[in-house]
Amino acid sequence: MAVKLVPSAADRRLLDESRGTRAMTWIMAIMLFLTVLAGALGLGTRSAAVLLGRQLAGRLTVQIVEPVEAQRSAQTTAAVAALRRLPEVTRVREVDRAELTSLLRPWLGSDGADPDLPIPALIDVDLGSTSDATLARVARAVAAVAPTARLDRQESWMSPVADFMTMVTGLAFALVMLMAAATAAVVILAARAGLETHRDTIEVLHMLGSTDVQVSRLFQRRIALDTFFGGVLGTVLAGGMVVLIGMQLRALGSDLLSGLTLGTGDWLLLALMPVAFALLATLAARAAVTGALGRIL
Amino acid sequence: MTGQGQYDFKKRASAVMANIVQFENVGLRYGTGQETLSDISFTLASGSFYFLTGASGAGKTSLLKLLYLAQRPTRGLIRLFGEDAVTLPRKRLPGFRRRIGVVFQDFRLVPHLSAYDNIALPLRVSGVPESDIEAPVREMLAWVGLTERAKAKPPTLSGGEQQRVAIARAVIGRPEMLVADEPTGNVDPDMAERLLHLFDSLNRLGTTVVVATHDFHLLGRIPNAHMMRLDSGKLLDPTGSLRFPPPKPA
Ligand SMILES: Nc1ncnc2c1ncn2[C@@H]1O[C@H](COP(=O)(O)OP(=O)(O)O)[C@@H](O)[C@H]1O
Ligand SMILES: [Mg+2]
Repeated sequence: MAVKLVPSAADRRLLDESRGTRAMTWIMAIMLFLTVLAGALGLGTRSAAVLLGRQLAGRLTVQIVEPVEAQRSAQTTAAVAALRRLPEVTRVREVDRAELTSLLRPWLGSDGADPDLPIPALIDVDLGSTSDATLARVARAVAAVAPTARLDRQESWMSPVADFMTMVTGLAFALVMLMAAATAAVVILAARAGLETHRDTIEVLHMLGSTDVQVSRLFQRRIALDTFFGGVLGTVLAGGMVVLIGMQLRALGSDLLSGLTLGTGDWLLLALMPVAFALLATLAARAAVTGALGRIL
Repeated sequence: MTGQGQYDFKKRASAVMANIVQFENVGLRYGTGQETLSDISFTLASGSFYFLTGASGAGKTSLLKLLYLAQRPTRGLIRLFGEDAVTLPRKRLPGFRRRIGVVFQDFRLVPHLSAYDNIALPLRVSGVPESDIEAPVREMLAWVGLTERAKAKPPTLSGGEQQRVAIARAVIGRPEMLVADEPTGNVDPDMAERLLHLFDSLNRLGTTVVVATHDFHLLGRIPNAHMMRLDSGKLLDPTGSLRFPPPKPA
């Protein structure tokens, strides 16, 4: 009995498999379906968080809160010019008043369009570097020309979102781990039940000089194949579901949610799940069977 | 047993005069009751033929179980193939078991395997390639007269047919030692003789044979066989000098 993934016809006959224990395949399909969904969620939020972090890192909003209109625009122009002179600044854009009023309309109603209403001027700034020294230099440069300027790092006000995403990612990966543990437990139970079912056959095999490894190979191969085929089924279904959800998310057009995409590496990782689980099942089955066999002479 | 003495006329080339089995003061107790086997001491000479007789319940099956390593003794010393079998580590048991062919009293056939596959089992367990399995299995099937029943599963075979499958399975691997527990209990006298002849042939090829039986008709069929008698868990004539047929009084 050499090491073969596919059991020989004679080996297959050895454990009476007509007595359908194919329930295993379906259980594994469900396990892998849920695992791959959880994995996709984890990988998706992780890449969204990475994307968000990259977008927000080094983004500043400068607010000029001077109430007097004339001084405000003078300070704004001076601040934009000062910012443009700094080498660390890669992009400066003044948010125009029309854009601001439309942003504020939900809060201020049509009054927001009143030109007399003092609305702070906003300048979007992208920095090449995010070090504290750079920030301090930017703050000094702006303060010199616009004493009423306030600097907001977008990272800091987006940090609850980033924290949430980190939490979701962690949760999803914890779910994957739990599913792996549950799968191992199911396999161990199935292997033990199988040993009980085939007790007489195994005793005969033992008396004829079968080693524990030979006997456990019969089980572990069966279980590995069940896990693999069930797993592939579950993975394909879950993959289809993930694609559908992705299409829905893109249709929403949200900047934040469209970051929830899976890269090629992520898909590869998900596709490897049935293989990894089949491997896990093999090890669990082997441990269960050799453990149980060790108790008989 | 040692001391074949004056009765040993065997001239079997392969019969190496060494002891394949040695028991010394062996005792076996199941659970907490009294000993099923007590003070069993004997040796089996390699290449010889032994009958083990005794009334039902005398302990024949128990003694054979010690012999084919299905049971460890509760006391005493057992040497098998020159090694201490009592303290033999578990992982070495398969190697020893492959050298022993066993006909179980209750056959122990695998019910969902055909007669053919049951007989092929020891070869497959030993890793014999599939291409080298068919010829010996066919030969064994012919020997036990079951060529026509090769595809039949044990539950559809008669008791005698099952017994013959069990015997074919025990001998197919040409074991160094054959242990048979009442192997002719379910067959008619003609078949019993035929099976005994099979054991004898195997013995001539060098296999040490131990047959437990209470069928006294069989005892005279193997000219040079030794006899061991068990009575309530004790071995009578442990010297092994007792022989069948007994010398006729002049
Ligand atoms: N597994 C066992 N557990 C307890 N007692 C047993 C067991 N096997 C046999 N015995 C007892 O040991 C005695 C000898 O049995 P056995 O060796 O089968 O004798 P035989 O084969 O000569 O008929 C009997 O009294 C039987 O009840
Ligand atoms: Mg018996």
